[in-house]
Amino acid sequence: MNIVNAQNIKKSYFQGKMQVHALRGMSVLVDQSEFMALAGPSGSGKTTMLNIIGGIDSPDSGTIVVDNNDYADMKQSQLADLRLKKIGFVFQAYNLIPVLSAQENVEYIMLLQGVAASERKEKAIAILDDVGLEGKYNRRPSELSGGQQQRVAVARAIVSNPAIVLADEPTANLDSKTGESLLDMMKKMNQEKNVTFIFSTHDNMVMDYAKRIVKLKDGQIEEDIVKEK
Amino acid sequence: MYFELAWRNIWRNSRRTLVIITAVVIGVWSMVFLGAFSRGMLNNMLENGKSVLIGDIQIHHKNYREDPSIDKSMEQAEIIRHLLKNNLSKNTLWTERIKVSAYVSNARHSTGVTLVGIDPVKEKEISFLGKSIVNGNYLEPNDKRGVLVGKALLEKFDTKIGKKLILMTRSKSGKVVSKAFRIRGVFKAQMESTEKSYLFITMHGARNLLNIEEGISEISIKIFDDQNVDIVAKMLKNNIDEKLYSVETWKDLLPMLEAYVRIFDGFMYIWYVVVFIAMGFGIVNTSLMAVFERVREFGLLRALGMKPWRVIASVLTESTFTLTVGIVAGNCLGIISVFLLKENGLDLALFGKGAEFFGMSRIIYPVLTLTDVISVNSVIFFLGIIVSLYPAIRAAQITPVEAMRE
Ligand SMILES: Nc1ncnc2c1ncn2[C@@H]1O[C@H](COP(=O)(O)OP(=O)(O)OP(=O)(O)O)[C@@H](O)[C@H]1O
Ligand SMILES: [Mg+2]
Repeated sequence: MNIVNAQNIKKSYFQGKMQVHALRGMSVLVDQSEFMALAGPSGSGKTTMLNIIGGIDSPDSGTIVVDNNDYADMKQSQLADLRLKKIGFVFQAYNLIPVLSAQENVEYIMLLQGVAASERKEKAIAILDDVGLEGKYNRRPSELSGGQQQRVAVARAIVSNPAIVLADEPTANLDSKTGESLLDMMKKMNQEKNVTFIFSTHDNMVMDYAKRIVKLKDGQIEEDIVKEK
Repeated sequence: MYFELAWRNIWRNSRRTLVIITAVVIGVWSMVFLGAFSRGMLNNMLENGKSVLIGDIQIHHKNYREDPSIDKSMEQAEIIRHLLKNNLSKNTLWTERIKVSAYVSNARHSTGVTLVGIDPVKEKEISFLGKSIVNGNYLEPNDKRGVLVGKALLEKFDTKIGKKLILMTRSKSGKVVSKAFRIRGVFKAQMESTEKSYLFITMHGARNLLNIEEGISEISIKIFDDQNVDIVAKMLKNNIDEKLYSVETWKDLLPMLEAYVRIFDGFMYIWYVVVFIAMGFGIVNTSLMAVFERVREFGLLRALGMKPWRVIASVLTESTFTLTVGIVAGNCLGIISVFLLKENGLDLALFGKGAEFFGMSRIIYPVLTLTDVISVNSVIFFLGIIVSLYPAIRAAQITPVEAMRE
């Protein structure tokens, strides 16, 4: 089943008077439990694509359906609900609320989702254990390393079994060893929990982890490589 | 968790939060303290004004105020007494007076005064006189020849207790009458002018001097709940023959004082507005700064699916905490400073003469009323929340895409 069905997405921005075409008619289908990399040089449209799939940016034209929700029919508040319940986000940095501990950061999203307190606590601790942060529950983001912070972000993204996790260059701020171990963890979650991941990168090492690589260039798909099924 | 998050957020930049709190504290403090002060000033002015001889309500012969002579006295006092007895509540005080213009002299000096014949027992409870004897004795009810003199007049006349004064006035028939009275006591008033312009004798003494059996110039009524003045006055008016008598409240009798009360209230409002504008700008500026520092965070929250109203609510929760801390501290400070001054009051000696001119005592005691405190607090709180809405709305307008590009 398709989790993401994007057809002929176009998006351009104005930088001053100059029109920049970030996406020039891009189409992609993503299945459940894929582990897909959006690759391509800087400015090729990776972030724009992820933002559009995540419903935080809207295309100029084209259709986008995520988990059977056609964005064209949805209001902002419905999109927000969809993001809250069905989409996990991991950004390059500043993923966490600095005044909340690791556990609280994970719990907070569940609080917004309306999960009961005892269940929140239980789930948060379990998922933090899964991403390799046993015993670090009460640390504030400033007391965690960059890699650990990204693990908390991944934990938060997957804690409520979303349809898809969108990660925009999740390893860009990490050294290669930490980045690799984060990807190992993500892949493990992909395999064990069937979480669908789309992550962007321009790093070849990161691409090696992907089961499928969609290469973008100038807002269009240049190559779509499926390595394993 | 929402509250805990808000609480932690406000202490992220504790300096800035303290700036806002300080602004609120100063605002609340100054409103509470100065409010209590001006309330004290006002009450004092009112009490001074009313206690001299006014009371809350007065009844006169219809034309007495135009021509305060013995001709314009109320002859059928019995009817009015009856009416008051039947209509006023138990703890309402009232007294009768004969009040005429007179001329006082001794061997060396003479001056015009208002001569007041009083019922010493009742007068004591209503006007300042009972508490103001600084020398000698108060009048006995059956004392026909005693007079109470103001300290300033005593000094001006260069006389003393036990000496005689000649009082001269016009009787009902228009004849000039005069009698010698002995100084029994000396009174001191808030204002020197009162000491110089009033002389007090007993009702008996006055009747004796004026050669009359009946008749009184005025009835002065003091009621206990200040709110009721207008209602009581209206009730009396309805029951009294308005062709013969006039019923007036202190507001009618002291129009200047009433005007001062209004001006004072006006000043207080202006002061509130000024304080509030200063405070409001402080709150808006600092909270906007706080919001702009956290653009990424608000963008992140929106990306994660937080709705704009939730963002507004969370910023407002933070403002509520900050305001509450400031308001509580401000009230404590305000109340403490009021209590510190409660004992000794604030001496207006510096502007002593000027203050007397406005009918105030030299020492002002702050008066803190619950209503004032509540209104100050609710005004600050609600306006505080309203001005915080702007930064909150700005925070809610941050979109994830802009925020991530920062
Ligand atoms: N909000 C925006 N306003 C103006 N221009 C934008 C905006 N967002 C993206 N662009 C432009 O659109 C193009 C695609 O940007 P995008 O961020 O999607 O690229 P990217 O592949 O994520 O690049 P990078 O690897 O540097 O993150 C770029 O030229 C970028 O400058
Ligand atoms: Mg990007």
